[in-house]
Amino acid sequence: MFEEVGTTTEGDIIINVGPQHPATHGVLHLVITLNGETIKKVEPHLGYIHRSIEKMCESLSYRQFIYVTSRMDYLSSHINNHACALCVEKGLQVEVPPRAQVIRVLMDELTRIASHELWWGAMAMDLGAFTPFFHAFRERESINDIMEETCGARLTMNYMVPGGVMQDLHPNFQKKVKEFMQLYKRKIHEYDELVTGNIIFQNRMKNVGYLSAEDAVSYGCSGPAARGSGVSCDIRKIYPYEIYDKLEFDEVLETGGDSFARYMVRIREMQQSIRIIEQLIDNIPEGDFQAKTKAVLKLPKGEFYTRVETARGELGVYIVSEGGTTPYRIKFRSPGFSNLSVLDHIARGSKLGDLVAMMGTLDLVIPDIDR
Amino acid sequence: MFITKYIKDVYKGVRSLLVGMKRTLYYFTHHKEIITQQYPDNRDTLVLPERFKGEVVMPHNENNEHRCTGCQACELACPNGTIKVIFKNELTPEGKKKKAIDKLVYHLELCTMCNLCVEACPSDAIKMAQTFEHSVFDRNELTKILNNPGSKIMEGVE
Repeated sequence: MFEEVGTTTEGDIIINVGPQHPATHGVLHLVITLNGETIKKVEPHLGYIHRSIEKMCESLSYRQFIYVTSRMDYLSSHINNHACALCVEKGLQVEVPPRAQVIRVLMDELTRIASHELWWGAMAMDLGAFTPFFHAFRERESINDIMEETCGARLTMNYMVPGGVMQDLHPNFQKKVKEFMQLYKRKIHEYDELVTGNIIFQNRMKNVGYLSAEDAVSYGCSGPAARGSGVSCDIRKIYPYEIYDKLEFDEVLETGGDSFARYMVRIREMQQSIRIIEQLIDNIPEGDFQAKTKAVLKLPKGEFYTRVETARGELGVYIVSEGGTTPYRIKFRSPGFSNLSVLDHIARGSKLGDLVAMMGTLDLVIPDIDR
Repeated sequence: MFITKYIKDVYKGVRSLLVGMKRTLYYFTHHKEIITQQYPDNRDTLVLPERFKGEVVMPHNENNEHRCTGCQACELACPNGTIKVIFKNELTPEGKKKKAIDKLVYHLELCTMCNLCVEACPSDAIKMAQTFEHSVFDRNELTKILNNPGSKIMEGVE
């Protein structure tokens, strides 16, 4: 009655999507077994952009290795740097000044909005609508300008350092962020007009790629992919770091479990990020932006683990220290890897055309998966 | 029943398409809201923020003097081995031998613009420049010597 998993019977077609396919957002290679139009199996092949970041970090000092992590999940590079800085601070037992904490949270939330904007545009583009891509990039551009002014770079910032942030905020920062928030509130209805309310889009998203809460937990999904199935897994709420426990924001949960639910989680999450920024932008405390640390950082012997909520889910940084200036071993628990592993499960039995909608709402960033 | 559902679906589809097209038409008629920059043409008016990390440079004053003492802090801070300091022996006016930098070699092709060298420099000898058009025809042109030929260390910088 049931076919054995992974076997190809007569009449099955095997097609390869990627590694140079525009809908895979990078160098992801999917080997898809098809029976007519129905997907029997999806097998992701990885390794095309493996740069051995974890091994590279072992030869770099605790100040130096942070910049490499911007190249993992390049859309939320601030949050990656933040996770590493938090882990080093945990080992050093350094108290981060309040001003630096607020700056870090502000930057994290701006990055989250920028990442979700890009996801929104790219996902609509995968489904065949090209206009939303430009609309998303217009808002993202103003965030990039803010980043460029304060951090000096648009994508790989390397702004968070152990003990605080690298430079103080630019004098224009508050003004620019307020301008961005006004722009965003003026333009947010366009998102609904263009994509969310579109009946073609809704038909392509609803009841596509259903992921139950049990499967989300057992596959280790995190972030919007799991919250779309009703799993409460926001690290900012469960294990608050920095000042997240003092802020007012809601953990966005949808119970649909399909692609549309995951889509709505991200759309609503952007509004929560705006809410966090609104609370902080006028209340940035005065003081140092960096705690005083030694010139050469040495972590005591032991193991340190921190986790943060990136735009894609839970990022964990695990450092094993032997007491020297470089880590003995570093492991990153990246959200994308677990979210990709569920693709085979949710894609089985559905049509080939829906695969793009599933991949789009899982929000895969391939350098994060491969590292 | 089937026909009414079919007609309703068509109506809904056309309506949601028109709502989206209205947005497109709005930008078609409102040219002021377009933010696209005509990049290679606006090169003269393009202003980058002063913190933009484009490449590492060493500022010199009008007497061809820099602030680099050759402490190698930047070389140690760099994760990629981008900076290399080469020394020479110089004679001070009193006739003593003094160590000074001969060349500060900077490999732009290895640089990731992480700003760690600028942060590490104790005497503010290097800074980030706002250039970004780095493409050249020969790879060797990317290896740069940051200090000017014949330059000296500024007086009073230790």
